[in-house]
Amino acid sequence: MKLELRGITKRFGSLVANDHIDLTVEPGEIHCLLGENGAGKSTLMNVLYGLYQADEGEILLNDEVQHFSGPGDAMNAGIGMVHQHFMLIPVFTVAENVMLGHEQTKFGGLLNLDDARAKVREISARFGFDVDPDALVEDLPVGVQQRVEIIKALSRDASVLVFDEPTAVLTPQETDELMAIMRQLKQSGTSIVFITHKLREVREVADRITVIRLGKVVGEASPTDTNEELASLMVGRAVDLMIDKGPAKPGEVALRVEGLSVIDHRNQLVVNNVSFDVREGEVLAIAGVQGNGQTELTEAIVGLQPKVTGSISLGGRSLRGLSVRQTLDAGVGFVPEDRKIDGLVAEMTIAENLMLDRSEGEPFVKAGTLQLKFRSEFAEEKVREFDIRAQGIDTHVGRLSGGNQQKVVLARELSRELRLLVAAQPTRGLDVGSIEFVHTRIVEARDAGVPVIVVSTELDEVVALADRIAVMYRGGIVGIVPGDTPREVLGLMMAGEHPDTAGEAA
Amino acid sequence: MTDPKVTQSEPAPGSTDTQLEPGQARNEVAPPSRSQQVLRDILGGSAMISVLAVVLALLAGGILIALTDKDVQAAAGYFFSRPADTFRAIWDAVAGAYVALFQGSIYNFRADDFVRGIRPLTETLKFATPLITAGLGVALAFRVGLFNIGGRGQMLVAAGAAGYIGFAVPLPPGIHLVVAVLVGMLAGAIWGGIVGLLKARTGAHEVIVTIMLNYVAFYLISYLLTQQWALQAPGSTNPKSAAMLPTAVFPKILGEQFNLHLGFIVAIAATIWFWYFINRSSMGFRFRAVGENPNAAQVAGIKVKSVYVWAMVFSGALVGLAGVNQVLGTVTSGFTATIDASIGFDAITVALLGRSRPVGVFVAGVLFGALKAGGYSMQAAQGVPIDIVLVVQSLIVLFIAAPPLVRAIFRLPVPGTAPKSRTRKLEVAK
Ligand SMILES: Nc1ncnc2c1ncn2[C@@H]1O[C@H](COP(=O)(O)OP(=O)(O)OP(=O)(O)O)[C@@H](O)[C@H]1O
Ligand SMILES: [Mg+2]
Repeated sequence: MKLELRGITKRFGSLVANDHIDLTVEPGEIHCLLGENGAGKSTLMNVLYGLYQADEGEILLNDEVQHFSGPGDAMNAGIGMVHQHFMLIPVFTVAENVMLGHEQTKFGGLLNLDDARAKVREISARFGFDVDPDALVEDLPVGVQQRVEIIKALSRDASVLVFDEPTAVLTPQETDELMAIMRQLKQSGTSIVFITHKLREVREVADRITVIRLGKVVGEASPTDTNEELASLMVGRAVDLMIDKGPAKPGEVALRVEGLSVIDHRNQLVVNNVSFDVREGEVLAIAGVQGNGQTELTEAIVGLQPKVTGSISLGGRSLRGLSVRQTLDAGVGFVPEDRKIDGLVAEMTIAENLMLDRSEGEPFVKAGTLQLKFRSEFAEEKVREFDIRAQGIDTHVGRLSGGNQQKVVLARELSRELRLLVAAQPTRGLDVGSIEFVHTRIVEARDAGVPVIVVSTELDEVVALADRIAVMYRGGIVGIVPGDTPREVLGLMMAGEHPDTAGEAA
Repeated sequence: MTDPKVTQSEPAPGSTDTQLEPGQARNEVAPPSRSQQVLRDILGGSAMISVLAVVLALLAGGILIALTDKDVQAAAGYFFSRPADTFRAIWDAVAGAYVALFQGSIYNFRADDFVRGIRPLTETLKFATPLITAGLGVALAFRVGLFNIGGRGQMLVAAGAAGYIGFAVPLPPGIHLVVAVLVGMLAGAIWGGIVGLLKARTGAHEVIVTIMLNYVAFYLISYLLTQQWALQAPGSTNPKSAAMLPTAVFPKILGEQFNLHLGFIVAIAATIWFWYFINRSSMGFRFRAVGENPNAAQVAGIKVKSVYVWAMVFSGALVGLAGVNQVLGTVTSGFTATIDASIGFDAITVALLGRSRPVGVFVAGVLFGALKAGGYSMQAAQGVPIDIVLVVQSLIVLFIAAPPLVRAIFRLPVPGTAPKSRTRKLEVAK
């Protein structure tokens, strides 16, 4: 189906999130939307999906003007959306989720689950998905959950599919598989709108690229353009995709982790006897496929995991058994992996979120009372420094675009006096310009003598930042290798191969 | 597809100190529970929804008044021959009832002089006083994501404690009143604090614990009211306390011809304190953070469990203040075990209607006070059963809570929220 957006304008109060945007997606085309954080991509897609009403402009499908008053209308018209945050019900099975919203009933009002199961199997077979219709959604890995979303859209005969940053949470394999699926969909005539900040993906699958900046279309790009060209078109200036960091000047060993094991709430050993140390002025990157114990390792360091054995010491002082408060007070900065769940309070303002972990004592609190003036000044400064795009410091964080939310977390953690920085997926959802900025800040922290742990599932990020790389697999560390280790070796290590054999094989 | 789950389960070799105990379950349940999400939805709505809920409830109340009115029923019998009669009867019934409600709660323009005319308003404020303080208590818990259904118990223990000081412990004027108020609030705080502690320590759900403690408090106070050494009036055989000593009674603030007492000023002070606490104090900041997102609060080093305990302590103290108000202000001639007058439950509605914001709760408290004061005169003047007022109050709750409740019942996701799949769970059960 041919999709056309004409002059779409969407305002939030005084902010113009979409400013007369025109966009045409031909049938069987993968159309990429590129743009900075807060450029208005998600807003545009939410207008298309009927979640927001456009203030001006119209939506046309096969040259017919459409009026969507809600996602139901958009779905009926053949538009499907795979959200960055999935809209599935975790306690339902795959088939139940697929059926939800257009349930078919049998005689007596019984749900016709068999039909739904058959549908899931049929679509799975068509695209080679390996999805069990009776699995509970909450038990599935993210990549598979995403396929359930796709199946759900396809089961309603969607002929326009929108993917809003689908790859932000996927492993590299899952990403490759998704690309293949998108190509297959395209073959079958589906029009696809694809939003991502990863230029490699854009160049791999895009047929056409539209770049949005500050709510306006600023031009088209071609998939054959270089990363640098795409990046500068997006951000409006030249971007260094590879930060030039000087060699590390490691000092004393600051953080020492020995024989660390973590048992999670399901009583599984998720971190298994891990030992490493990080020196002052050094970045240790922890690489690995999502879900191999990295998250729990960082949480154990910060004091968030209750069942931990082994030892963790920072500058000779034991961190194990300290509360989160005490750990933070010991100078540990922590960027949690999931900003929405662990990093931010969506209903609080930017200013409030910037003081979230400093609500005890000066400078934000005096005599039990919030120092609002100080806080406003602080927030204004950080918003400027970290280029947080918002209407003001009193905007609720939940209203910010994904990337700008991430910047709020980073601004908070990087503006304390740090003796250790633990950053999990610090640039998830950020645009290339912001990634450059954040990487620079992390390297600055390192150069100021702070030991840094960066957990990342992105090899690009690991290679860009690491002085040394620890690869985790199934809760253990496969090996710790120098920062310039070839990617092929890292890839094999991430599959569990020992560095020596991995090095020979590569 | 790689399987991202780690499945070994033997303990780590070489783990030196404390042995982990994989078999032992910790008290933890999935974080943002459904009830907390519902709360957040309800409180997140706009003031407009509150106003609309009240208007809709009054409209529905009007329909009920018309349906139950004798004249309307009679006129409806010959509706097709003279429909105008029916409409006139409906108008008379509904307008009459609501005019009586107004006259009984705000200003009686049939009274001879201004003093008598304005008397209903002071009655409204008198009824509103405990609703406001108890409403603030429930609202405080709401802001932390807790349902305090234990208003009855907290009010009863507070009334018992304050009342005991009031009739049995003579103290100098001034000091007596202050001590009685503080002891009553302390009792309420302890009663609420027990709930917080049980929740933090054992993960017990506060709704269940507060309901249970309501019974405990009721039977405890009932028992003490039958004991001469405790609360029972000397020489009496009724389960009732002695009258308060004059030094422990809230003085009337508008002279003797009005019943409005100092408790109302205390309620205003409590409202201002609530505003300051929630919006300006660092502890209130932590309360809000926990209420909105306990996970992020925990990651930011806020001690979620201790916030739960303190929230219930403060909530209990404010609700207790309502009990104090009852014995030292409204019914000073001695109290029974029904002194709470189910204000503890009305307070939940008041908090919901006021969206747990200080001014909102104050206004909602006054509105409910007006319904109480006016309800009686509506019954007296128009023969409209006082139950209509209860129906209106219940409908208000229904209209406010409907969309989030419906979503919760059908377990639909809130637009824009993500299902979670993760390994660490918040330590406090919900
Ligand atoms: N519901 C809302 N209310 C107010 N402002 C909003 C709302 N939703 C989005 N905005 C604002 O609109 C602008 C565009 O946001 P949008 O989410 O579309 O950005 P985006 O291009 O998707 O960015 P990102 O790459 O970071 O996801 C931002 O400045 C954001 O703060
Ligand atoms: Mg977006």
